[in-house]
Amino acid sequence: METQPQVPAVSLPLGVRVKSAWTRFMIALYIPAIIAGMAKTMQWMLRPKATLQYPEERHVPRKGYRGEHRLKKDEEGRPKCVACFMCATACPAECITIVAGEAPWPDRDKYPVKFEIDLLKCIYCGMCEEACPCDAIELTQTFTQVATSRAEKVYDKERLLRN
Amino acid sequence: MTWLWFLLKVGAVCAIVFTVCPALTLVERRIAAFIQGRIGPNRVGPFGALQPVADMVKFFMKEVIIPAQADRALFQLAPLLMFAPPLFGWAVIPFGNQIGEEKLQIANVGIGVLFVMAVLSVGVYGITLGGWASNNKYSLLGSLRAAAQLISYELTLGLTILLVVMMGESLDLNQIVLRQAESGWNIFGGGTWWLLPSGLVGALLFFTVALAENNRLPFDMAECESELVGGFQTEYSAMGGIGAIMFSEYISMTLNMALFTTLFLGGWHLPFLIDPNDHSVLGGLLSVGVLVGKVVTLCLIIIWIRWTFPRFRYDQIMSLGWKRFLPIALANIGVVALVGIFLAEG
Repeated sequence: METQPQVPAVSLPLGVRVKSAWTRFMIALYIPAIIAGMAKTMQWMLRPKATLQYPEERHVPRKGYRGEHRLKKDEEGRPKCVACFMCATACPAECITIVAGEAPWPDRDKYPVKFEIDLLKCIYCGMCEEACPCDAIELTQTFTQVATSRAEKVYDKERLLRN
Repeated sequence: MTWLWFLLKVGAVCAIVFTVCPALTLVERRIAAFIQGRIGPNRVGPFGALQPVADMVKFFMKEVIIPAQADRALFQLAPLLMFAPPLFGWAVIPFGNQIGEEKLQIANVGIGVLFVMAVLSVGVYGITLGGWASNNKYSLLGSLRAAAQLISYELTLGLTILLVVMMGESLDLNQIVLRQAESGWNIFGGGTWWLLPSGLVGALLFFTVALAENNRLPFDMAECESELVGGFQTEYSAMGGIGAIMFSEYISMTLNMALFTTLFLGGWHLPFLIDPNDHSVLGGLLSVGVLVGKVVTLCLIIIWIRWTFPRFRYDQIMSLGWKRFLPIALANIGVVALVGIFLAEG
């Protein structure tokens, strides 16, 4: 039978220790604590600042950041998308609208006549990117989204291909 | 000639106060930002140097709002009652060594210490009236707290000032500074080694109580924004209200620190640099620079303290004032008296 490690019946919470009279006196005096506190803020004063000077400096998102979507093109400039609806099915926010049509090219059956993403509904989870079998959709690093109307934030195929 | 000197001295003091105080408002914001890992206002002018001007313009453009139920006259008088007394106090601070026969002090009153004490006490009226005239529960609570705090800390302030009076054997601020220049700063016991601990404790007490007296952060019971919205200043707006109140805080800060410098840190004196017997124009200007330098350094320390420590609870402030500071100050006076009777020579 395995022996359990011995634990003390009552464990003192952290910080509750029997202190010497001298230590208790120093605590009651406040002054050492005050000096320690001011040393800490001085340390912070000399540290590099976290602020970004916005219009001049821009935040660079980390690799794998999920920003606006992009539809990729192949070598001939055609959209890679074959309108399989995998992304629209995977999408938990249901923001992708695809209308498929017969492809004008011999190497595939379908292509998206219409491909719309409502960026106001999108939750930027990246599921569409994961679901895509043709590696046709991906999320870019663009995180600044400016629009003057709701309609502007519904990106159509051309806008997504440009991204 | 005397009138010319008088105007010159008034101009000099106004120049010092009204350049140091706006600069301090900017420096306070920058230091606060640095401590919090930010940069702070740096867009208006080089390094944000014109930010105080921009702030002031903003305040002047603001609408003056007086609550309908407020006592109009008292409501508008209160910021002035906070703004003026610290400026009066500067009148008796010796801000430099004498040039020729002329002492660099606007009013050379023999009881300068008492005058400053009186002037510091008047500041309570501004806070009390402002809080009461606003006709607002938060304002009233804030002003009551602040008044109670100021009155209880004034006792310790008076006792620590008494300590200096006993060391310097004079109520004349000029004499107090001259004596420190000759025998040693009061913070180090004023030349008597037996008094070194008393001097240090007294200086520490005075500095802390001065923080409480001008409502700086570990003791800002007057404002207390987390509990009382804005304390006694909740209802104030625009330059004549909140602007004057905020600016008066900085003037009162410089006055308190000038007083601290005069009483404990040798005023305009600095060893190896200022010769108290040198009455030339250059020496006088140099001593003015030394005083301003000391005051600004102390103000920076105050700002640093403000952004380091959280506010005391109200009962903690009271128990600190009555149960710790007051007995220590009294005991300190006893020590100085005993040393003066039995140990000091002469």
